[in-house]
Amino acid sequence: MLQKMYDWIDERIDITPIWRDIADHEVPEHVNPAHHFSAFVYCFGGLTFFVVVIQILSGMFLTMYYVPDIENAWKSVYYLQTQVAHGQIVRGMHHWGASVVIVMLLLHTLRVFFQGAYKKPRELNWMVGVLLFFVMLGLGFTGYLLPWDNKAYFATEVGLNIAGQVPLIGDWLITLLGGHPEIIGAQTLTRFFAIHVFFLPAALFALLAVHFILIRRQGISGPL
Amino acid sequence: MKRGKGMKYVGDSRVSAEKTSTTPKDYSEYPGRTVAFWPNFLLTEWLAGSVFLVGFLTLVLTHPSPLEGMADPTTAGYIPLPDWYFLFLYELLKYKYAGGDYVLLGVVVIPGLAFGALLLAPFLDNGPGRRPSQRPIATSMMLLALIATIWLTYDSASAVDWEARAEANKPIPPSEVEIDTSDPGYEVYKNSCASCHGDNLTDGAAGPPLIGIDYTADEIAKISVEGIGNMPAGVFDGTDEELEQLAEFIFTINEENKEE
Repeated sequence: MLQKMYDWIDERIDITPIWRDIADHEVPEHVNPAHHFSAFVYCFGGLTFFVVVIQILSGMFLTMYYVPDIENAWKSVYYLQTQVAHGQIVRGMHHWGASVVIVMLLLHTLRVFFQGAYKKPRELNWMVGVLLFFVMLGLGFTGYLLPWDNKAYFATEVGLNIAGQVPLIGDWLITLLGGHPEIIGAQTLTRFFAIHVFFLPAALFALLAVHFILIRRQGISGPL
Repeated sequence: MKRGKGMKYVGDSRVSAEKTSTTPKDYSEYPGRTVAFWPNFLLTEWLAGSVFLVGFLTLVLTHPSPLEGMADPTTAGYIPLPDWYFLFLYELLKYKYAGGDYVLLGVVVIPGLAFGALLLAPFLDNGPGRRPSQRPIATSMMLLALIATIWLTYDSASAVDWEARAEANKPIPPSEVEIDTSDPGYEVYKNSCASCHGDNLTDGAAGPPLIGIDYTADEIAKISVEGIGNMPAGVFDGTDEELEQLAEFIFTINEENKEE
């Protein structure tokens, strides 16, 4: 039955090559922890992606309760933490995942760096990876404000002040991020929410797609 | 290995082997045993992911995500602190030649150089050797940056009393409880307690909020006289009648708060 359904679809849109592109390839010995345990360092990238998936899923559930508005943001988070079934766990996963993803990203970056895996022909993928790192830091910075508690508010105030120190574009940068050159308030929260939930994830998905397509095209770098 | 439905695909989808200038060796050229990604290797990955997930969820379940009191721009003396992975940048600005008059160095030049070098690493370190020992400059620069980042983060974090911060900024439940300022207990409260616990029992210069505590009236009276934790003994100086009024007043507010 399943085979028939597969054949029916395959006959029309030829999905076998797509499937082969995604999953039908060989994994060399030097990256396989089953053969050399030290090859676990090759897991860091995959685990980073795994945490990103956790972040996306937990974040989607958080937006079911979160209200991006200065009157209600904190209250909605408090309600989620104290009243909603498993809300504490879902927010916990998003909160701790944000830290764990940075740790895994750092480990993955160091693995690639010290193995010299970014050398020709993989320069482009390294740059895409560093951009992913920046996007992730941006997600961390914007997400920090959203609970709208004191530590979020004052950290963002400092962060925006630092952004304002940048010559020429400083004031412009503050307004772009915070919605107003001086006030950190309703506009800042909605902008950070939009950046955190729409703009940066869009960039993240696009960069991740390029990252993975390049890995499949170029393969994993050979043993040292 | 021949799969698929008769489509003519040679090998997998990587760039064809002829363009050796841009293409790595085919895996079949590597020595040793290769494994099919599907399903053999995916199973290994899945197991590794499961172990990771168990560890991660243990962290989540044992450490509730923190939440401080609702943002209040008028909070005096709040020491701002970014998330831990920005601490190194934050700490950098405290150095004499990265902050103050030299803030451009700390905000733009140093991070710009560091992250710019990271982004352009493949072009700065473009020799053929891949082993760390074959590229001493790149390796030592990265180690130096790593040590500096860890040191700055440690330096910044070790100066913070995390437990005291969490204690001082506990989230106060949104409460609709009206404080009856005509209650005789409130008069006593104002004289003895308000300087530390605030006029509304919710915050103050030195004491924690008094709404959302779980004590009986007798216990509250005892604490008022004898102190608890950082609270010294003897802050209450009044008659026994006033003490009773005070304890009853604080107790009643907490009872009302519970009902809401």
